[in-house]
Amino acid sequence: MEPLTDDQAPPSPEPPPRLSDWLGAATPLVPGTPWPRHVLGEARWLDLRHHLFLSTWTLVDLWAEEKTVHVALLDDPAPEAGSPTTAILSLECPEGRYPSLARARVGAIRLERAIRDLSGLEADGAEDRRPWLNHGRFPLASKPPDADSDPDAPEAPYRFFAAEGEGVHQLSLGPVFGGVEASSQFLFHANGETVVRLEHRGGYLHRGIEGLMRGRTLREAATLAGRISGDSAVAYALAFAQAAERAVGVEAPPRGVWLRAVMAEMERIANHLGDLGAMLGEAGSALLQSHAAVLRERIARVAHRCFSHRLMMDRVVPGGVAADLHPDEMSLLQGMIREVRPHFEEIVSAYGRSASLLDRTLSTGVVTPALASLLGAGGVVGRSSGRAFDARVTPGYPPYDHVPMTVPPRDEGDVHTRLKIRALEIRASLNGLVLLLDNLPGGATRVELPPLAGEGAALVEGFRGEVWLWLRVDGGQVIACRARDPSWFHLPLLEQAVKETIVADFPLLLKSFNPSHAGCDL
Amino acid sequence: MFKLLKRTLQRGPFTEPLAEETEASGIRRLTHRPPPWGRSMGLRTVDAGSCNGCELEIQALLNPVYDVERWGFRFTASPRHADVLLVTGPATVNMTEALQRAHDAAPNPKWVVAAGDCALHGGPFKESPACQGGIHAVLPVDVAIPGCPPTPEALCQGLLALLERDQKE
Repeated sequence: MEPLTDDQAPPSPEPPPRLSDWLGAATPLVPGTPWPRHVLGEARWLDLRHHLFLSTWTLVDLWAEEKTVHVALLDDPAPEAGSPTTAILSLECPEGRYPSLARARVGAIRLERAIRDLSGLEADGAEDRRPWLNHGRFPLASKPPDADSDPDAPEAPYRFFAAEGEGVHQLSLGPVFGGVEASSQFLFHANGETVVRLEHRGGYLHRGIEGLMRGRTLREAATLAGRISGDSAVAYALAFAQAAERAVGVEAPPRGVWLRAVMAEMERIANHLGDLGAMLGEAGSALLQSHAAVLRERIARVAHRCFSHRLMMDRVVPGGVAADLHPDEMSLLQGMIREVRPHFEEIVSAYGRSASLLDRTLSTGVVTPALASLLGAGGVVGRSSGRAFDARVTPGYPPYDHVPMTVPPRDEGDVHTRLKIRALEIRASLNGLVLLLDNLPGGATRVELPPLAGEGAALVEGFRGEVWLWLRVDGGQVIACRARDPSWFHLPLLEQAVKETIVADFPLLLKSFNPSHAGCDL
Repeated sequence: MFKLLKRTLQRGPFTEPLAEETEASGIRRLTHRPPPWGRSMGLRTVDAGSCNGCELEIQALLNPVYDVERWGFRFTASPRHADVLLVTGPATVNMTEALQRAHDAAPNPKWVVAAGDCALHGGPFKESPACQGGIHAVLPVDVAIPGCPPTPEALCQGLLALLERDQKE
């Protein structure tokens, strides 16, 4: 488990530095809005690390491409202190090493371990040097340069962190779970009922998607992007499409943009209903879970009727959408909203009036706001622990400037709050969906993208949190692609939230996070 | 809660009759081994690299609309209690051993159902060196259900195909 403490950044009496000031007037190598890419020298990279300690900049992603590491940062100051700044910073490492950022941003620990497995680049100064995606079963992209001398060579058994003491015992869950769940491993150290330490291990679902993307046409790669995490198919396809459009400097037509938002919100409502039901079921109410599942099924069927796929896979494509809404489908959608809303409100109010369910959820599995901001967690998990961040607002993308549907954050950070925030988001998205349908612009739904060369990036709010996707294209083909799931920063928080609760509460906690292992393992 | 319960009882079941299997479902029966007992089957799902799209549709089998338990299928918490392994994903290299061990743990006689295009032939991950290109590379498959992801109807039809006494032509 990564060492997470609240006091890693030294307190600074001065106002924290701003990313825009630090970048100054430097000309980016790739200007592209809203994510310009700058190339740094090693001294400047070290200065960046120093500034990460002093600042509140959010680590969006850290990844490698052959002999270059890239870090994407977002500076989102309070409105009176300035406007948000975003940037990608690159360091070339011909020696195969780069200074680690993990001490400044704990979220980087797993990312650096994945970089080492995929491209062999070593993070200098990193404490946790265990492999992550590489389970020692095959060479992934390439072997680490010094695989023979490596003390943590993949052949060595994976070493979990230990916990010792009288009565402490181990309990391993996974990779094949008890429920219908994705594969990953959780190792508990418990003392009686109480969890002393939980450590998560991923990588079981590694499919080598980033490698598969290389050399594919945009259309093929978009299909793969939609299958990074199937429940977020629309969010990933949307991020891919936005990045591809920015790379070649083309905008999707307004009707396409709005239809994407319709699908994205339907995906959010459907998944939140599923999660809400799973949490209520786990807390002990099969009745409420069944009702939520019926609503979820209703949305999947309407999605199938309107967009010819229950999960709306492959409907968001670079340049627009591969579907259109006809008037009778519009009324079908509106009818669905009218039907779902009262039924959903009934489920929520039944939960609110059930003391036995509240007893399970209230003050269970707390993620403190300090921890959430240390990791830079987004989505429901972030908004339940004081982080207002929502990619639909910051950096923001259309049509959400016309149809805001953001939910204000809360600080409690327990299972109940995550359930509440999900319910609020369902309500906000149902209202937003009505507005989207009422104001749907006419015209074309799609434009062809010219086969130009370029780089683009996008941050899109999926139901789980922000989905990051960076893309380099040339001649209609993907040269390199990187995607980061919100769960990269949720799973370390789950490890922390379980501490000192009882083992029996873990399934409930897991449901309240619903991390995507497929999204992280790629 | 009681109001909701009362209205649920008054409304009657949400469960719908299952549509007839058609050619379009594309379900393939690779073996014909109906269980030597009635029709009660324990199911264990194993995610061998799925994007979790298939898991969403398998979860839908448990909702009141499809209610797969009406045919005697129930999900077990361990492969040791399972008769059928319902496997999704292209069999990633990292999941191969776990998949094999889950299969070894299930008591005989046992069946394997491969659900989804990935499980059938690797789907979009066919060419990845990190995947085996389908469940058949690791385990003997009895029934294959195509789809990306397969619909809950197709999953129900595929599971019922295991129980058929007479082989369909």
